Amino acid sequence: MEITAETEHIEIRLLLEAIYLKYGYDFRSYAEASISRRIKRNMRLNGCPHISELQHRILHDARAFQQLMTDLSVSVTEMFRNPDFYQSLRQQIVPGLLQIPFVKIWCAGCASGEEVYSLAILLKEEGVTQQLQIYATDINESALQIAEKGIYPLDKVKEYTSNYHRINGRGDFVDYYTALYDNAVMRSGLKRNITFAHHNMVTDGSFGEMNLILCRNVMIYFNRDLQNRVFQLFCDSLIPGGFLCLGSRETIQYANCANQFDPVNVHEKIYRKKFPCPGL
Amino acid sequence: MKKSIAKNFLALDYEAIVMGVSAGGFQALTILLPCLPKNFSLPVLIVQHTIPNADDFFPGYLSQKAHVPVRHAVDKEPVMPGIVYLAPPDYHLMVEYDRTLSLSVDDPVNFARPSIDVLFETAAAVYGPHLVGVILTGASADGSLGLKAVKDAGGLAIVQHPRTAEVDFMPKSAIRTVEVDAILPLKAIGKMLARLAD
Ligand SMILES: C[S@@+](CC[C@H](N)C(=O)[O-])C[C@H]1O[C@@H](n2cnc3c(N)ncnc32)[C@H](O)[C@@H]1O
Repeated sequence: MEITAETEHIEIRLLLEAIYLKYGYDFRSYAEASISRRIKRNMRLNGCPHISELQHRILHDARAFQQLMTDLSVSVTEMFRNPDFYQSLRQQIVPGLLQIPFVKIWCAGCASGEEVYSLAILLKEEGVTQQLQIYATDINESALQIAEKGIYPLDKVKEYTSNYHRINGRGDFVDYYTALYDNAVMRSGLKRNITFAHHNMVTDGSFGEMNLILCRNVMIYFNRDLQNRVFQLFCDSLIPGGFLCLGSRETIQYANCANQFDPVNVHEKIYRKKFPCPGL
Repeated sequence: MKKSIAKNFLALDYEAIVMGVSAGGFQALTILLPCLPKNFSLPVLIVQHTIPNADDFFPGYLSQKAHVPVRHAVDKEPVMPGIVYLAPPDYHLMVEYDRTLSLSVDDPVNFARPSIDVLFETAAAVYGPHLVGVILTGASADGSLGLKAVKDAGGLAIVQHPRTAEVDFMPKSAIRTVEVDAILPLKAIGKMLARLAD
């Protein structure tokens, strides 16, 4: 029995290596349990009895790889997830942003965009509209396409509306979208400051001079080693005094660069990059 | 009869316990966890279905009642003996091949996040026959397939006796799905776990 688990572990390592060598997507340092569930689901749908057969398949059939890629990067997200976090963002980060003439924000792993629209709504209500540029990035192309369109099912929007009330939104949530059949189309005014782009945190470089980086519920999919590397990428992409926001169960405390950050809100996982010491 | 079952299994060394509980879980864990002795030598991983924005009250409360520490699992921490880990609300809890814990916000399974099946299946893949799976009270079918995965990997399957469960749906569903090794009331499960860990 134990041999099965070990064999499966080997097969997964080999498959991820094959994907990297052939297609350049690097999942080798992702946490294995979640990725292995996704691989096995894809394997069953493909009628492959073992992961090794799936490996053969994706090496010889780019369409099979595309399907696996879609299954591997399922993007689960929602608007105003963890209302308390958005309250803290408003109270502890927005005042600082209001002092800056040109605000640059990176929403890393934005999935289908719900999070970045939540952010855009909050910033608009708080008056952070001067010069605002939000970069929203992900590796999942189909999620990015949805994000760019900003079209979401109306039944989800119900849930989002109650989240919006829980952050004490200043307006009316219906003012931020137009209903079209069973969908809500986000108002184009919200999109004006957002640039959606494909960016892979594992293999692509840093984004310069950010005042705020949001990367929520992405790090949990990485192993500690990769988390460490990506934290360094964020550290390099932030200006001194810039903020980093993580998901409610993520922490920077184990990263090598942890000492370059001050905790701002331990509970909501908000950190601030330190200013360089004058004497150094 | 039950005793002899337990005795036979004592020969195997168990490395971890996974536990799933839903409706009625607050009561059940308050009774079961204090049965584990201070020097309890196995890690206990628990998925309890809760509301997504539950706070840290429950692990704190259980920690006071039990003789072993009880807390929410932290992403990528190593699984340590004698600690009871609860899945944090709104996250799946999984065991990694290197025996660390990891969290995910993947879609709910059986309408649940955290899902019992997700924990049990990933733990079964890692611990194989050295795992004990326990299903307690609840109104969900979540956990039945997970317990089957534990059993199929050679592990031990224990279910709370449906007659003693606040809600018997989950134990009954597990018993229907899996050939379980023991069906016991809460305190007896506690004692059995204590013996298995000895
Ligand atoms: C669970 S979603 C989180 C979405 C959103 N941030 C939230 O908290 O609701 C994780 C996202 O991370 C993306 N992702 C995973 N690996 C990535 C990588 N290497 N670079 C960029 N995005 C990545 C996935 O495609 C997915 O959309």
